[in-house]
Amino acid sequence: MSPPLLGVEEEVQSSVSSPSVKCISENGMGLKERNYLGLSDCSSVDSSGVSSNLNLKATELRLGLPGSQSPERETELCLLNLGKLDEKPLFPLLPSKDGICSSSQKNVVTGNKRGFSDTMDGFSEVKGYVYTEKSWMFHEAGSDSESPQSVGHGKYPGNSGVNVILSTRSPGVQASVKQDEPANVLQEQPRATNGTSLKQTVISNNNTGAPAAKAQVVGWPPIRPFRTKTLAASSKNNDEVDGKPGPGALFVKVSMDGAPYLRKVDLRTYSTYQELSSALEKMFSCFTLGQCGSHGTAGKETLSESRLKDLLHGSEYVVTYKDKDGDWMLVGDVPWESQDVYRNVQEVENHEEL
Amino acid sequence: MNYFPDEVVEHVFDFITSHKDRNSVSLVCKSWYKIERYSRQRVFIGNCYSITPQRLIARFPGLKSLTLKGKPHFADFNLVPHDWGGFVDPWIKALAKSRIGLEELRLKRMVVSDDSLELLSKSFPNFKSLVLVSCEGFTTDGVAAIAANCRFLRELDLQENEVEDHRGHWLSCFPESCTSLVSLNFACLKGEINLASLERLVARSPNLKSLRLNRVVPLNTLQNLLMRAPQLVDLGIGSYVDDPSSEVFSKLKAVIQLCNSIRSLSGFLEVAPCCMSAIYPICENLTFLNLSYAPGLQGNDLTKLVQHCRKLQRLWILDCIGDKGLGVVASTCKELQELRVFPSDPFDAGNAAVTEEGLVLISAGCPKLNSLLYFCHQMTNAALITVAKNCTNFIRFRLCILDPVKADPVTNQPLDEGFGAIVRSNKSLKRLSLSGLLTDQVFLYIGMYAKKLEMLSIAFAGDSNKGMLYVLNGCKKLRKLEIRDCPFGDVALLEDMGKYETMRSLWMSSCEVTHGACKTLAKKMPSLNVEIINESEQLEFSLDDRLLVDKMYLYRTLVGHRKDKPEYVLLL
Repeated sequence: MSPPLLGVEEEVQSSVSSPSVKCISENGMGLKERNYLGLSDCSSVDSSGVSSNLNLKATELRLGLPGSQSPERETELCLLNLGKLDEKPLFPLLPSKDGICSSSQKNVVTGNKRGFSDTMDGFSEVKGYVYTEKSWMFHEAGSDSESPQSVGHGKYPGNSGVNVILSTRSPGVQASVKQDEPANVLQEQPRATNGTSLKQTVISNNNTGAPAAKAQVVGWPPIRPFRTKTLAASSKNNDEVDGKPGPGALFVKVSMDGAPYLRKVDLRTYSTYQELSSALEKMFSCFTLGQCGSHGTAGKETLSESRLKDLLHGSEYVVTYKDKDGDWMLVGDVPWESQDVYRNVQEVENHEEL
Repeated sequence: MNYFPDEVVEHVFDFITSHKDRNSVSLVCKSWYKIERYSRQRVFIGNCYSITPQRLIARFPGLKSLTLKGKPHFADFNLVPHDWGGFVDPWIKALAKSRIGLEELRLKRMVVSDDSLELLSKSFPNFKSLVLVSCEGFTTDGVAAIAANCRFLRELDLQENEVEDHRGHWLSCFPESCTSLVSLNFACLKGEINLASLERLVARSPNLKSLRLNRVVPLNTLQNLLMRAPQLVDLGIGSYVDDPSSEVFSKLKAVIQLCNSIRSLSGFLEVAPCCMSAIYPICENLTFLNLSYAPGLQGNDLTKLVQHCRKLQRLWILDCIGDKGLGVVASTCKELQELRVFPSDPFDAGNAAVTEEGLVLISAGCPKLNSLLYFCHQMTNAALITVAKNCTNFIRFRLCILDPVKADPVTNQPLDEGFGAIVRSNKSLKRLSLSGLLTDQVFLYIGMYAKKLEMLSIAFAGDSNKGMLYVLNGCKKLRKLEIRDCPFGDVALLEDMGKYETMRSLWMSSCEVTHGACKTLAKKMPSLNVEIINESEQLEFSLDDRLLVDKMYLYRTLVGHRKDKPEYVLLL
């Protein structure tokens, strides 16, 4: 997809400071990145992290951008030398395990990636059961297809928000990708390549408001994907029976640096990554028009069209509200029944954008 | 030496039905081997790559029923990549070419294609029963072929398969002449079906005992179906949503009262809790209740329902029933033998629906409990020790603490002592799954006490090779060992290589096994297939012996390397 979204993401990373992105921005707060796949660049992970308070930390999900070791890194995709990859035991909770950690500087080359192809075949990873019905992962018909690959996603239940990284990667970076997705089940499939390097960071508020982030590991908890998918579909239908959008609707906050307000998308309405990224592009197109070289000449015309048809409907003003994280959100993305909107509607002058 | 003619011996063998026993019988002498092999009708193959269809056909010409399992168990949790294998096609092709009069095919974790199903349906005139569990690769077109061509079909049982739904006309493919159905389970299909065809099919199937519907079958159709099939023993309800004051609902209530043969109830994929009261009359007779796919029922709905189920032997339920609800189960269901508690929200740490308390209550109230699958947020050693005191009949004990390395929250100790108590007091334990914070100590206990253990699943546990060695040395009956993310390495793997010939398979992923060790093992043990699943693009890296292997799957086999392995599998 389009490079500007990369740019968006980088800026989002550095500039968003709301609590919901604490996991990305909290570099200096002593949180350690843990790669539960056992792959991490040892140099980037402070081995003193293997400390007694790691019980919580070890289970916190920290998602880094592909190619980055920790949140503060450059978000450029970097091709890591596989030789630098080290394997650490998972959940090194006890100090005694430190010895195992640091002494085993092994080169892990094989098995860097784990069963991400599982998302490809529509079985969908266990963790993503909430998303499954209209999964915004790629559905890959065959394992060797050339469609863009899926992505890591993570879910932080709770008001700390969820960091979800959608990305496709080009073949060259696939080797490095895996190790950068700590505690995340979804791995992309190195064989099926040809994805464009599109990355977006999506920040979301979980509706349930449950507490701290939970690590998600491939294949854990050991529940058949069929079961989680069916449950998700059943939850969704049952909520529709009751007449309100239930936990099945997954609204995810999307921000773009420089935009005066954020948007929310219901991930369940998208069945492919392609759909989602086009939708996001359309959403933010009114803000990106005019940036040099970001869209390229080819895209300009479609953008002006979408700009004209923009939500703003020619008005100078849009209605926004401030949600619990303190972000300005465009009204209308989330169903009216949602608490968000009830409480926080405000009007904002939007004439700057036009 | 035989003092009896072969026919007499054969007649005696007819009474020996268990696979294990028949296998033993065949080993007694050549004569018995010969008699047994000609009279064998049912064969179970736990790993489809351990033997070829040709050899199977050659040995058992009288084969009527075949059970095949394909992918390793951890494939259920996305640890095995997509096209790893487990294709049923070569089996069906070989059987079709032969003179085998196949009547029953049961598959688990295999890849099935529409073409295979069609070939199956056309090659065996007496084909009666197809059971597919956790399979994939086929669409409703394949199912349609089975429906259309198997004239004497008795059983079509699709359990938890990934089926591409072509908006089924498949049900209409059952010919009007088909009246032999005994069991029809299509709960896992997601698409629409022709409801009128379904009603007609049920109406002309007087032997129908088991019917499990998918979610698109509405309540009024259910009512019609039950009217036509009051003899049902096993019912799976699809959608159970209606206005309790409606006429359809009152008719349903009346009809349900007549279905006093129902012993097994499942489904409720969509449910309006207020309608559940209609079910109460049949609850008294239920022996199996599966509400694990019914998230629409809340804790109190479940509790109210369970209070009516005094004869329940097997209960599968979601954890929203809560510890209190489990207490109600414990005081009501005194015949309970099997309990499975699934998480309704596996990734939500905050919602502690069931804890160790629920399990303790169950263990105290249900003395016949022998099979457990329990997902919870925490467990304590004290609770496990209490459970071990209360229940000594466990055959299967599978505990999954959602945080895989969580210690006892009260004492902050690992759960070694708790699991130790379980294996010590349950001498018949055949299957065990561990979770929580665990050191090598728990494996010492397992090796010492779990003498009948056949299957062990380990994740994020142990400190050193000793852990794995305790198990390999101590568990003489071990058949399947699956390990992920444990610090077990080459020393443990290579200590007793002959052991693996006594086992069906070993899975190790994200452990500390090196490539070199796997090569050594493969070289020394030609009767094992050692597969390295390597998903990295850089295949050449795999040649370095010191590199750690991410996923290794080894299994005993009589036929050497398989020919259908994908590129990313390295067969050593």
